[in-house]
Amino acid sequence: MLTTLEKASCTSRGRGLGLWRRGGRLLLYLLLIGGAAIMLSPFLYMVGISLSPHAYTLPSPVDVIPTHPTLNNYISAWTDGNFGQAFFNSAVVACSATAITVFLSATQAFAFARYRFPGRTILFYGMLATMTVPGIVLIIPQFVLASRLGLTNSRLGLILVYATGMAFGVYMLKGFFEEIPQELFDAAAIDGCGVLRTFWSIAIPLARPALAAVTIFGFSANWEEFTWAVISTNDASLYTLPVAVQQYYSAHGSNWGIIFAASVIAVVPEIAVFLLFQRQFVNGIRAGGMKG
Amino acid sequence: MAVSSPGGLRVAARVERQRRQKGREFRRLLPIYLFILPGMALFLLWTLYPLLDALVMSFFDWIPNPNMPSTFIGLQNYAQALSDPIFWQAFRNVFAYTIVTVIGQIILGLAVALLLNRKIMALGFFRALYYIPVVTSWVVVSLIFAYLFSSNNGPVDWFLGDVLHLIPDNQSWLGSTTLALPTLMILGIWKGVGFNMVIFLAGLQSIPAELYEAARVDGANRWVLFRSITLPLLRPTVTFAVVILTMGGFGSFIPMYVLTGGGPLHSTETLLTYAFTNAFSSFDFGYAAAITYIFAVIVLLLALIQIRLVSKKVQY
Repeated sequence: MLTTLEKASCTSRGRGLGLWRRGGRLLLYLLLIGGAAIMLSPFLYMVGISLSPHAYTLPSPVDVIPTHPTLNNYISAWTDGNFGQAFFNSAVVACSATAITVFLSATQAFAFARYRFPGRTILFYGMLATMTVPGIVLIIPQFVLASRLGLTNSRLGLILVYATGMAFGVYMLKGFFEEIPQELFDAAAIDGCGVLRTFWSIAIPLARPALAAVTIFGFSANWEEFTWAVISTNDASLYTLPVAVQQYYSAHGSNWGIIFAASVIAVVPEIAVFLLFQRQFVNGIRAGGMKG
Repeated sequence: MAVSSPGGLRVAARVERQRRQKGREFRRLLPIYLFILPGMALFLLWTLYPLLDALVMSFFDWIPNPNMPSTFIGLQNYAQALSDPIFWQAFRNVFAYTIVTVIGQIILGLAVALLLNRKIMALGFFRALYYIPVVTSWVVVSLIFAYLFSSNNGPVDWFLGDVLHLIPDNQSWLGSTTLALPTLMILGIWKGVGFNMVIFLAGLQSIPAELYEAARVDGANRWVLFRSITLPLLRPTVTFAVVILTMGGFGSFIPMYVLTGGGPLHSTETLLTYAFTNAFSSFDFGYAAAITYIFAVIVLLLALIQIRLVSKKVQY
């Protein structure tokens, strides 16, 4: 407080500034809260309607919060609406694909970062270059390939295509492995550690924060992936949550209670992952932003 | 015998040494290649091969049935796209969508970042709130907007129509050829503000505070500080945002597919919804592949141009 006063008295504008400042701060918070309300009110509608007993619409758009909240929409979405099955599919597909991606990007990034071998440059930059190709260019020929291999309409087909999105992980982990001091690796070599031991007992434990970031990004991308899933699956029993919600919407467009209950089921895991691992999210995005 | 001569022995020893060295090199490289192999195999099969396959496909009247021969037609699919009015309409739509959403996201994202870039209470709380739409699936936010903008007593319709009387009753948004695309733009901006906020906040925090202090001593006011320090030093961040968001904007697919299917009357058709329809409704895979390749070339060119234009090195 004292410093503010001192600063204020130093400027030519003098005394009115303290009041000015306080007014400015109030305005600042009002703007921030107003903005946050705009960002969040759509979610309020989603949650409000999902808890509301009126199956179709609300009596008036102002009554966002239902007076008699009920979980009926959730119960019927989970059981009759096939969303329990879809939740299971999403979980299986997203978790296995993420595990494969993280493991394979770690092994590749480690080899690229710490060893010289013929083909190293072209393989790494070749993989990186495909990151600039918009994913959707791939989806049509991937569909053709998957149908030739009999992998359309299967969870394995979903998992394999999702697991292929490794380039970002390889790029990020390579940078991380490169920063580990060489002395640690020299010491390991003197102790007779091979590539595998060095990877498993030195590189992996040190790379935990980076591995966490790659896992979280991978999981949330795989959890919400829609385009490949809607193209490659036909059986309702194989739908992941985004496809199940979209299919339900296109069949029962105005049954908002169930649509939004299913939507909540679909987004809660990814928002929870974000809130729990905010730091990794923000740092990951910063890492991306800084390289540009 | 020749071999027993000293020269011959030396040659034999060198060959033996080289063979051993090669063996050692092989043993050194083997585990490294084994580390690369599984990931590379997946990458080659599911990324590189499809990429080339789509290129080949785009030169054929491609027939999905493997038992029927596809006909090589050279550049005809590309020529067809360039003379297809729907292709051009899709191009204009994504172009407009991209310009509006990129500018909107950057301005609002920067504005929020500027508000948050000071000592305030609950910084982390606000940052998380603004970021939540970014981590919510496109399908779900699209459905929420379908509800918000539904013509039958939806919240927007109610607020602008029944409360403020700015629009006629039961105004159609997503069903209107003029309003559907703007509605999708609002969705795109709303979803992307948080992402821009985070990268601009990082950019702002990397500007050394001494620069501002020095300029303040020289009597610069806030606007001058913003114009002559903040904006120039944010240039790399702006470049990054513009390139990434342009790629995203041009590649828009899910909200259009979910909300309008590219309609009404192709007014929200994007290059990718059009490619999708051609592939999976008309089964014209060759034409669809050609459209996606044109799309990829446009996106790459735009990125290169933008990087050239926007990123001049700034030094202080």
